[in-house]
Amino acid sequence: MTIYLDHAATAPINDAAISALTEQVKKLGNASSVHNQGRAIRKDVEDARHLLSELVGCNPSEIIFTGSGTEANNLAIKGFYWNAIASNPKRKVIVTSAFEHHAILDPVEWLVEHEAAEQILIPITKVGVIDLDFLKDLIANRGAEIALISVMHSNNELGSLQPIAEVVKIAGDIPVHTDAVQSFGKVDFDFKQLGTTAATISAHKVGGPLGVAALILQRGLDLTPILHGGGQEREIRSGTLNAPAIVSFAAAAKSAIENRVANFKKVRELRDYFISQLKIAIPDLVINSVSDPALPGIVNATFPGTESDALLLLLDSEGISASAGSACSAGVPRPSHVLLALGISEADADASLRISIGSTNTKEEIDQVIKVFPSVVERARSAFVVNGLN
Amino acid sequence: MKLIAAMSGGVDSAVAAARAVDAGHEVVGVHLALSSNPQKYRSGARGCCTIEDSHDARRAADVIGIPFYIWDMAEEFHDGVVENFLSEYASGRTPNPCLRCNEKIKFAAVLDRAKGLGFDGVITGHYAQMRENELGRVMYRAQDPGKDQSYVLAVLNSDQLAGAHFPLGDTFKEEVRKEAKKRGLYVANKPDSHDICFVPSGDNAGWLRDRLGSEIGEIVDEAGNKLGEHKGAYTYTIGQRRGLGLTVPADGGSPRYVLKIEPKTNTVVVGAHEALAVKKIVGEKPIWCGPVPATQTQYRGFAQVRAHGAPLAASYTHDGESIRVELDEPLFGLATGQGLVIYDGDRVVGSATVAQTE
Repeated sequence: MTIYLDHAATAPINDAAISALTEQVKKLGNASSVHNQGRAIRKDVEDARHLLSELVGCNPSEIIFTGSGTEANNLAIKGFYWNAIASNPKRKVIVTSAFEHHAILDPVEWLVEHEAAEQILIPITKVGVIDLDFLKDLIANRGAEIALISVMHSNNELGSLQPIAEVVKIAGDIPVHTDAVQSFGKVDFDFKQLGTTAATISAHKVGGPLGVAALILQRGLDLTPILHGGGQEREIRSGTLNAPAIVSFAAAAKSAIENRVANFKKVRELRDYFISQLKIAIPDLVINSVSDPALPGIVNATFPGTESDALLLLLDSEGISASAGSACSAGVPRPSHVLLALGISEADADASLRISIGSTNTKEEIDQVIKVFPSVVERARSAFVVNGLN
Repeated sequence: MKLIAAMSGGVDSAVAAARAVDAGHEVVGVHLALSSNPQKYRSGARGCCTIEDSHDARRAADVIGIPFYIWDMAEEFHDGVVENFLSEYASGRTPNPCLRCNEKIKFAAVLDRAKGLGFDGVITGHYAQMRENELGRVMYRAQDPGKDQSYVLAVLNSDQLAGAHFPLGDTFKEEVRKEAKKRGLYVANKPDSHDICFVPSGDNAGWLRDRLGSEIGEIVDEAGNKLGEHKGAYTYTIGQRRGLGLTVPADGGSPRYVLKIEPKTNTVVVGAHEALAVKKIVGEKPIWCGPVPATQTQYRGFAQVRAHGAPLAASYTHDGESIRVELDEPLFGLATGQGLVIYDGDRVVGSATVAQTE
């Protein structure tokens, strides 16, 4: 038996998405063509865009489909930066939280290295949210130099929701982008209401297919594209529209939003049950994830005296899938930058796991996981002690 | 059994892992990240320390159908192997880092971690044979004399050997390549790795100079007469003839060889070929790969001092602290720091580090 507890990495595709995908993939046509096949595909894509816009709370023309959340984030970071310096060369500062996903941090670092951008990271408080006072001071002192503020809607390792509406208020005229790939479909999310300039959402996090995502971008704003070509998507993202994936994305999002409240309650209950049982099974564990306001299913815990790669290997051998931090390009596990930003020591960050529960999980699965956990932690500890002696 | 397969990304370790699966073991593949700053791609014929190699290992594990993980052993490797390599050279000795890696990493750090995690042992693609017989679980040379790697494994003690599995020991390399192809392992034609894995350029002397400095010193003859200069004594090897850059001809025009390296005075001593002759070897810190021979007793066997050196007929004794070997025929050119491995026929008896030669 395998138990999937890595829903924040990618979620199982839902039935609505599968049937939309399989139907659409049979259809011939390029949405940019003028002939009847092209028109038919164009209609499917635009219907999907329309549906998705209702679910996101934006105008259909504000949706720019991309190939991944990473691409949408790159488009936002680089596009806003290039726009800012084109209008005023002094606006070289990009502000993000310290615990953004690498798909935000790395494009910023690239701009620092190659295009003289300046990166400023907003520190994280002990409760897993950005330090708004820091941001206020920063804007008061250097607001005129800031090209873009990008803060994730919820953190993918801690689950904590971020005060985006506050950020928008503090930011004034400075563009604000939010990476909402973990939030959309799981917690209340409405683009217009939130007021950000741009947001990133991704299909495979909400039960849709891999390989499609979107940058939601306020009308009237033209970002400098990364991909040039056929001029699709407001000339901001060229490339033949991936109609099957887009149609499936909308279907998945519809299903996720329709079931959002019920799923949230179910997943939150499973999470709370899991944490309460895990605390009994492993009394010295430390919970790092945030309980509220937070995503429903994220659990992050430190198991003192272990190494996360040993825990993952042992859980995997028991058929349980979880995750930890990230790996470098060689695949070597590295302590999570999110936990380090939270002020957790490198050793404790190295001994931490993220378990992300989804609506397809059951209480029986959680019970099974709790059953094997003590022996997993015990073996990981003995491997660590042995290693330490060398 | 539950076994960890150490997978370098090469053909041997991939086939070894696949054979262990066929034999009914529960196998988990592990690639050791030994460099904290790995190169992206292989250059030349090096085969285990690049990101490309780790991808090859992962791909092989996926084809075999076993779980695969990367273990970060960069710190252990640096402390146990690279540092030792440098300090040995700095002391004028010639170390073999592959021996150290087997002793300190593959069958120590990795084996210990595997055991802690509940595994029974470690599989590698080394060419050597483990056999259970009246002597216990002991190691023999590989079937393929061209690939035999028992020399670099002779640093493993009985406890380490108890957890060591070498599924390729009974097979010739060419057969392993054919088998890899048949199994759909696309590393089947990957070239063998050579040289020292952590010296990516292959330029050992340059690598040492970068780390130990390149202080100019004297090249002298056995009487102490200066014949020339060098850039760092440790970049020379006992028995080396080429690259000395000497312009003063020897008496009779016979070639000169490196006889001795004196790190304290940064001096390289050269002389005639005959002066390289060694008949007696003292090795220290003996490691026994099976039953410990009785002390103060003379045995007949073979000594080998290089990974692909010839087995040399010899008599040996030991006193627990050191092994004394008397060769039947002289050996030309032996440096302190080299591994001395004792064989009884094809069985590996044990090893020691060359400390003195006569």
